[in-house]
Formats: sequence, structure tokens, C-alpha cells
Amino acid sequence: MQTVQQALKERILIIDGAMGTMIQRHKLEEADYRGTRFKDWHSDVKGNNDLLSITQPEIIIAIHLQYLNAGADIIETNTFSSTSIAQADYDMQSLAYELNVASAKCAKEAVKQSGKTAWIAGAIGPLNKTLSLSPDVNNPGFRAVTFDEVAASYTEQIKGLVDGGVDIILIETIFDTLNAKAAIYATKNYFRNNNLPELPIMISGTITDASGRTLSGQTLEAFYTSIAHANPLSVGLNCALGAQEMRPHIEELSQIANCFTSAYPNAGLPNAFGEYDEQPHETAHIIQEWAANGWLNIVGGCCGTTPDHIKHIADEVKKFKARELPVLEEVI
Amino acid sequence: MNTIKPYLRLSGLEPLIIRPETNFINVGERTNVTGSKKFARLIKEEKYEEALSVARDQVEGGAQIIDINMDDAMLEGIEAMTTFLNLVQAEPDIAKIPIMIDSSKFEIIEAGLKCVQGKCIVNSISMKEGEAKFIEQAHICKSYGAAIIVMAFDEKGQADTKDRKVEICHRAYKILTEQVGYTPQEIIFDPNIFAVATGIEEHSNYAVDFIEATKEIKKLMPLVKVSGGVSNVSFSFRGNDHVREAIHSVFLYYAIKAGMDMGIVNAGQLVVYDEIEPTLKKLCEDVILNNNNENNEATEALINFAETVKAKGKEVVKDEKWRLEVVEKRLAHSLVNGITDYIEVDTEEARQKYARPLDVIEGPLMDGMNIVGDLFGSGKMFLPQVVKSARVMKKSVAVLTPFIEQEKEDRKNAHLAAGTINEETAGAATILLATVKGDVHDIGKNIVGVVLGCNGYNIIDLGVMVSADKILDTAQKEKVDIIGLSGLITPSLDEMVHVANEMKRRNMTQPLLIGGATTSRMHTAVKIAQQYNNGVIHVLDASRSVTVAGSLLSNEQKPDFLSNLKTEYDKLCFDFANKKVIKQYLPFTNAQKNGAAINWENFTPIAPTFTGTKILENYTLKEIAEYIDWQPFFIAWEMHGKFPALLTDTIIGVEATKLYNDAKKLLQQIIDEQWLTAKGVVGFWITNKTEADTVIVSNKSTKIPLEFLRQQIKKAEGQPNLSLADFISPNQDYIGAFSVTIQGIEKYIKKFEANLDDYNKIILQALADRLAEAFAELLHKKTRTDYWGYENEEQLTNEQLINEEYSGIRPAPGYPACPDHTEKYKLFELLGGEEVTGIYLTESLAMYPASSVCGWYFAHPQSKYFGVGKIEPDQFEDYARRKGMSIDDATRWLRPIID
Repeated sequence: MQTVQQALKERILIIDGAMGTMIQRHKLEEADYRGTRFKDWHSDVKGNNDLLSITQPEIIIAIHLQYLNAGADIIETNTFSSTSIAQADYDMQSLAYELNVASAKCAKEAVKQSGKTAWIAGAIGPLNKTLSLSPDVNNPGFRAVTFDEVAASYTEQIKGLVDGGVDIILIETIFDTLNAKAAIYATKNYFRNNNLPELPIMISGTITDASGRTLSGQTLEAFYTSIAHANPLSVGLNCALGAQEMRPHIEELSQIANCFTSAYPNAGLPNAFGEYDEQPHETAHIIQEWAANGWLNIVGGCCGTTPDHIKHIADEVKKFKARELPVLEEVI
Repeated sequence: MNTIKPYLRLSGLEPLIIRPETNFINVGERTNVTGSKKFARLIKEEKYEEALSVARDQVEGGAQIIDINMDDAMLEGIEAMTTFLNLVQAEPDIAKIPIMIDSSKFEIIEAGLKCVQGKCIVNSISMKEGEAKFIEQAHICKSYGAAIIVMAFDEKGQADTKDRKVEICHRAYKILTEQVGYTPQEIIFDPNIFAVATGIEEHSNYAVDFIEATKEIKKLMPLVKVSGGVSNVSFSFRGNDHVREAIHSVFLYYAIKAGMDMGIVNAGQLVVYDEIEPTLKKLCEDVILNNNNENNEATEALINFAETVKAKGKEVVKDEKWRLEVVEKRLAHSLVNGITDYIEVDTEEARQKYARPLDVIEGPLMDGMNIVGDLFGSGKMFLPQVVKSARVMKKSVAVLTPFIEQEKEDRKNAHLAAGTINEETAGAATILLATVKGDVHDIGKNIVGVVLGCNGYNIIDLGVMVSADKILDTAQKEKVDIIGLSGLITPSLDEMVHVANEMKRRNMTQPLLIGGATTSRMHTAVKIAQQYNNGVIHVLDASRSVTVAGSLLSNEQKPDFLSNLKTEYDKLCFDFANKKVIKQYLPFTNAQKNGAAINWENFTPIAPTFTGTKILENYTLKEIAEYIDWQPFFIAWEMHGKFPALLTDTIIGVEATKLYNDAKKLLQQIIDEQWLTAKGVVGFWITNKTEADTVIVSNKSTKIPLEFLRQQIKKAEGQPNLSLADFISPNQDYIGAFSVTIQGIEKYIKKFEANLDDYNKIILQALADRLAEAFAELLHKKTRTDYWGYENEEQLTNEQLINEEYSGIRPAPGYPACPDHTEKYKLFELLGGEEVTGIYLTESLAMYPASSVCGWYFAHPQSKYFGVGKIEPDQFEDYARRKGMSIDDATRWLRPIID
């Protein structure tokens, strides 16, 4: 099989769209989330989408399949919140490892059923606790969690993803760079300490608003500088913004990144109900211009995007060449 | 094609790219406890606000990187580094530049690396303890993405000559690039700057050695950087800043030409090379370049010159022009820039300028905050800055608050003097504000809080990421009048729906305000208002919050306001599904294992003076009356407030005093004419705990098992799941029980009824209740100090008794610690039944006469009151089994604690 690095030199790769949006369409109830195994679980689990990889794997596999059929080359595991820290909301921290293995297996099964060549990105989310921001306005020095706790939680997730068979580690939706640095630290040390060949790392930050900064206050270039030591396969942006708002940042990133670039925006900005209205052809129309400008190596969708969005994007960008990697000069 | 240059790239909140044309990077040195006495003192005294202003001064003074060092024997280095760096991260005007984490202890460096999101510089590592350690530390630095300063230091020591410096640096370079994977541009060498002009001849060439080594290093390894601690070079002139600054400038002039890229200097105190007076410049050049210096001549010449110049205390140059503006502008400047240094003075000045302290808030402060809001909205300010602005605002409001309070007080007194009614003292309404779970944004909420607070409401601000349970628990506990929720990110919308739903489930009545960037009138109407019927109002902004709160708290306006709102919202509505609450319980067996930790091994129970029962007939009412807690008496009359303060309350005081006088008069009559009789029974028995929640009481030849219920909700780490059985030893111990009752009221009730005197009838009933409670209190005291005698030293006032400051407890079956009423059967059986106690139990297990109290006595010093709370089916079934109750019976009696 071709490696993802080889494929990236040849063409723009398509990453899948939103998992949550697709799960919502199933209108699952508490009992569906619980399945038989957790029918007596002591807290409500509705909304724990990652759990569905264990309790409703056929739904997750089917969603992956829809994205693969829509043209996705890279699919993300259903593991955005599969860390002990995030799962503590459901008192399911002890399941973190298993969730990652199960989700990776769902993705593998979908790829197998599709009969296509596709790579599985183990998705590592940002956590519900941040290392750079205090949750207490009167005590700005306070932190709800430590670097070591975050790194340990991510290490467990990475082990699950690797054991489950992912091809790529994807650290995504980064709104606090220090959390991402803990994830990078955990990834590097995991492979080094276990004498395993390092999987490629994709990194995707989130610019939260009109300030053009991450939630933790960094500019895009400061963010990139802070994570460049990961020596990532790609760096990019996802979530928070629609393609329209993300455009200037993707342009900037394509200039400064010495690795491949990725972009998977939301389907526009949410309306009053927190829902996304942007139609597949609208998203694809904005993104095709990025491809035409040579800014893109990997593109797809985040919140609110659907297989239809991915299909439209894939159809539009396949007309264009992938962004060429910049030349690294060796002298000043 | 796009190309990328091999520059050293660092970052704070903003990038710092070191290009050839960057010339020289100033690294701020004052935030170093080894170099700055002031900073060291501030850190030791934990004056972090001021310590941060030292850092800020450096940035304003031109530092492009800030060096932070906490190496002091008196400091916990790791803790100090962590605390200070975390605080720096909250100061965007400091955190914007990269940080150099400086320590001779690697563990402090690593602790620092765990706090900073940007790409830092580590200062420093070296081969002083050998290659292996060096490689290990370099790997760790790399895993955090830090650039590193490598000192020219190896196993043999610190390099002083040019050749040694170059040799060590080159060796380190090969190791780092070939074995560790560092890029050349991420490596910074510090080839050691040592003091010159010390009078010791071997030191004279130190500056030249550094400069020459720098040249050679850059030739051999063009991409690396060279740095150094500049102030070392002038160490022998300490105390004479004028000369030191000149030496620094001259040294840097030559070192930079040789290729030095950065240096640790006091950025605010560097004299411009061209502006050094020619004589001094020449003398400095001789010393630095070791010219004309045979037999220390140059050194002597500079020393002689130094003695002629008085160290001129130079003024710190800072951009302080804004201080000359009018006070409104200064306040706005402080708010926008998050500067707290002058806010107290400026606020005080504004307070004197404006007619009322509130005008300062509504005028210049709100104007300043509006600028902040506009800048934030247009992306010219970002979150951490806005949070800082809010802190400045709070400090300013804190200055004004006592004056606002004083104004209120003055108005109150004026009303009192004039005999008019003061509406303000109706007790300011309380508004609870919180940013919902999962969301860290709260500036809007803070502003709303400030604005509402400034309009006379009490504000309870629970901060950010607050769970629904905490919001509503607090709302209920504090009896707030309005709840306000805030959120900025879209998932917060769901959480708000959840909170509204919970308010309905809890049968709450407070109106709910919804605000924050992600919220909308539409979402509020369609999704949140559907969950809760007592008013859900979307509030567009802080200024709107005042009128909304006003309408909701006015009895006249509220119905219209809500019905208009409902009409409006109804137009927008659809039906959506509900959500449920998450509550966590432990399995019963786990809860049992997590009981109160009492060490029974070393516990010797104190034996009561008797076992069996003692009956107190016709106890003297006069003595009992001394133990009355009057506050519940007034509550019974719906007069709320603390006794005796409520007697002088401006609203209810007059009426309360009248009532109190009438009650005291009637009480005296009751005592004098012996209307009522007090009867009490107290008993003690040998007992021991046989199971986790079962206690066996030995009464003569019979054994009576008492069954207790245990808290089952999941507690915080280290908190026990309590059961009253926890307070009884598994070995021989004692338990007590009591009942008191006030008899004879019926005749007088009838008399008052006959006279249509409801007023005295209710006073009498309330007094009888108070006497029963007082008797229970008195009896408990006698038990502690006499009958049981485990606390014979006790000297407590009546107030302390009311506050339960005594040792041991007297919980009653049917109340929170032992919620099963049916255990009363056993209690009364032990005490001798109706005949002895004078109390009859109804089929609902209420006691008659109504003015009766009973309970168990627990003497263990760790025993305390608590509520069992809800229990799970596993405990329920176990309890029913232990009690021998049918499931139906058990369900009936335990319904309040099962769902």
C-alpha cells in the first residue's frame, strides 16, 4: 500500500467530515448509548459519542463508510473525548483505553468493507480542562489540571489508538497550545519508550474568533512555532470557523509551514440553535479557491459537515494540484 | 517556490523570529531572584502582582525575551517557578514575548517547561556532569520543544580561554545535532562572560576571550546563536551604575560585531554607545579590549574615573504620557491595558470629582469597559486581555464599594430620622451568576455582575465551568432571587437547557436570565424557555440586565413582563426533547467501606452514671425558659432575621419587639401560673455495633437492634459516607435516648379560641414548641455534663448551644441523619412507652402532644449531624431485609430518600 507521505506528494487528500453531526441524525436515546453492556451504568451516558464505538459499532462503521464512499482518504477515529480526563464526565475514565481500541477497530472495519485505500487518523481532542487558562477569574495562577496529568491521559489514549491499528496520530481542535504540547510530548515519548516506529503526526489548531488567535491567546505563527518540534506530517486548522472566516489563516499557514497543510472548517458559523446551515456546494466553492491557490494538502470538514459536503469538496479539489512543500534553506 | 529560512523561531503569544537583521535580542534580567533583590523580596513575600509589574516593566523597556530565575535557597524553586509562570500566562502584555527558563537545577527548568505554551529557551544545560546527563537533559528539552542555551562548561570546568570555549561548544554542537536531533538554529551557546577590571591580571583578557570565541563559534557553526550574561563583565564596578552601563554598552558594541545574538541585560538601563561621554568610552574600551593594560593601567584609570562620577540615579524611562491625561482617560487606559498600578488613586480622584460614587461606575468605568467590549468585538483585543480588564474594573469597584455602602447607610439614617420608610432595606435582591459547565468565558457575566452589583443587587458569582448542580444548590441555599447563566461557545447552549430543566425538576421559582455571545433570543425561546415555566429571559447585554432584573423583582411589573415575554417567545416556539441529570452514587458495599474513620482500638467509652431510664416529672419551666432559641419563634410568625438583631430591624423591628414583649409576658404567666408541665425521660444502655449499619442495644435481658441508613452519594476524595452507626464502637459502648414533652396546653388553647384570641393562641403554641426544644437542649446539656458526664468541663452560652458547638449529638428518627421514622418505635420502647414518656405516636409516627422532642444520644467526639440524602436500590433492599419490612412498607417510609 502507498504511504500517506507518498500520496500527499501526488494529490490533495480528503479527510472526512463531522462524526457528531452524523450521530445526531440517528436520534439516539439514553438506552441506545448504554447498549446492553452499560444498561446499569450509574450515570447518564447520552451524549458520550465515543462510547458508541463499543455499544453501537455498526452505526460508527456505517458513518465511516459513508465518508469513505464520499471520497475521504483519511478518516478520523471516533475518539475526540476518549481520554480518562474527558471521560470522567461520565465516570468512564477506566474505559479510555478500550474506547480508543474499539474506535480504531471500527475505522479499520469500515476501510476493509469499503475496499478502498484510506488511512486512519487516531483523533486526539483538546480536553475539557486547559493548561494555560485559569477557570477562576480571581485566581489567574490556578490550573485545573497539570501537564503531567494531561500527558498521562494522552499516553493512555495513544496506546489505545496504536494498539487498535491507526496509521496517523491526529492532535486536533487545539485551543490551548500547552495541551497540544502535552499530547506531542506523550506521543514522542510513547513511541520512544516502547521502541516503536513513530507514526506520522497531524496537528490541527483552532482559531476561535475574529482576533485571529487561539483561545489561549497565540497568533497563528506563534502557535505553529510552538508545535513545530513535533516535526509533524501536517499542520492545519479546524473547527470554530467556517471556510469563509478560515481563509486568511489558511493562506498564512501555507506560507509559513514547512510541512503539509490541512484545513477542515465547520459548515459555516452556527445559527441561533447551534446548527450549521452552510450547504455542501457553498463550502466546496470556497475551498476550491484555496486549492486553486496551492494552499492545500489535506482538506475536509468539521462540525456540521456531512458526507455530502465531503463529496462536493472532493469533487472540486481533485481538479487542482496539491501544495508543494517549501524548500528549507540551509544557510541564512 | 516558497522557501523557509533556518532562523531561530521562538514564541510567546506572538512569534519572535531571530533574523540576521534582528541585530541583538535583549533578554530581560530583572525577573531573576539571584540578580534582583527587589524581585527576590517580592517573590518571597508572595507579592505576585508587583512581581508581575517587574516583568511588565522589562517588556515595556524593550526586552524581547524575559529571563525568569527562581534559584534561591529560601524558595521552593519548582513551586515558585510554576506559580509565577502560570501568572505570567494570564498577562498577555508579558506573555506575548518568549520566556527563558533559567535555573541551575534541571528539575526547576522542567517544571517551568510544563507551564508555557510558547517555544521557550532553556537557560541552561551543559556537559559539566558528563555527556550522558547532557544528552538526557537535551532530549527532555526537545520533547517540550524548547531551544537551549548550552554553557561552555564540561567535566573539567568552565571554559575561560577562547580555545576552551570553542572546543566545548563544538563538541556539544555535534552531540546535539547528531545524537539528539536538534537543529543548529535551536542551539544557543553561552561562552561565559566573566568580570574584567578586577585587579587580577588573569581576568584582564576575559572580555577579549569571549569576543574572539564568539567569532570563531559563528564561523564554525554559522546557524547557532551566542548569548551571555552581560552584567557579569562589569561586576567589579557594582554600585556605580553609570560606569557599569557604559561598560555594558562598549562590551556589547564589540561582542555584537563579533556575532553575539542575544544577551541578558537590563533592557531599560542601556546607554546608547554613541552617547557615552568620550573619556569614559575610551576608558571602557581599553578595559574591555584589554588595551594599554600592562600592570592593570587601564583598570586603574577606569577605577579612578569611576570615583569621580557619582552614581547618578537615572529615572526609569517608561511610556507614562497617559498619566498626564484627565482622570476619565486614565481610567479607560488602565482598563484597556489591564494596568492595576494606578487604579486605586485614579478611582479615588474620580470619586471626588463626581457627585456620587455610583456615577464613577456608570460613567468613566463603564465607558472604559465599553471600549474594551468594542475592541474585543472587533478582534483588536483577545480573551486574556479582556479578563485582565475585568480585574482592573473589580479593583476600582472595590475602592468605591465602601462609599456606596456609606451612602446607603446615610439614606437609611435619614429615613429613620424623618420617620419615613426606607425601601432599600427591604433587603437587596440577590442575583446568582455563573458561566455554565464546559465554558471558560465569563467577561460578559462579570460585566453583568458589576453592573447589577452597582445597581444595588447582591451578586453571587460562581465563576466559570460551574455545574448545574452547583448553580442550583447554591441558588436554593442562598435563596437567590434571579439566576443568570452565561456562555460563549456553542456547547454551552445545551448546558443552559440542562440547567433550566433542572430548575423545573427542583420546583424552583426564580427567573432565569440567559446571556453570552452564543446565546440568542431565538434559542432561549425555543429551547430553554420550554424547559422551565417561571421565566427564562434572554438578556442582550449588561445594560439591559438592569431593566430586566428591575421588572422581575417588582411585584407590579413582573406578571405583565413575563406574560408579554411569553407571548413573544410563544411565537417562536417548537417542541424539543428533555434532558436528565447525572448524579453519582456508590455501590452500597463501597459506601459502607467508606464510613467515618474512627479508631476504636484506642477508644475507651465513658460510662454514663446509670443505665436504664430516669424520669423527670414536672421540670421547672423557669429553668427551661432560659434555654429558649427565639429565632424559630419569629420564623413561625414569618418574621425572618437573626435574633436579637431583628428586634431593631428597620422594617420588622417595631412589630417584632411588640411580639417579643407579648410573648415574654405570656411566658411569664405560663411559668407563674403553671399552665404547662414539662416531662422528660432520659436513658442509657450498653451497646455495640455488630454490622456496618446495625447497632445492638442491650436493655435488661433483651437485645434491640437499631438499623441506620448510610450516605450513598459519591463524595469528594477523602470524604466519608456517613451513617450514625459509625459513631458506635464495635466493642462495648453506650448509646442514650431521650424524650421531652410539654403537656397541658389544650385547656388554654380552648380558652383563647373561645375569646377569639388567635394572637395569643398562636403565641402559646409557638411558646410550647420553644419550651419543648429548650427542654431538649437543657436535657442534652445535663446529659453531657452530669447524667452521662462525658463533658463535665463544658461552659457554653445559650447561643453556642443553639449553634451546636457541643460535643456529641442528639439526632431524631425521621430527620436527615436517620430518616426512617419507624425507628421511633424502638426509641420509645427503650424509654418505657407512652405511659412513661407521656408521648403518643400516631400511625404516621408523629408525636402527640405536638410540643415533643425525642432523639438518640451519641457521645463520641467525632459524631456529627449530617443528612443521609438519596439512597440506591441496593441499600434500600438491604435495609428492608434488615428491618424485616416488606418492600411496600419500606417504600412508604423511605420514599423521601428513594426516587
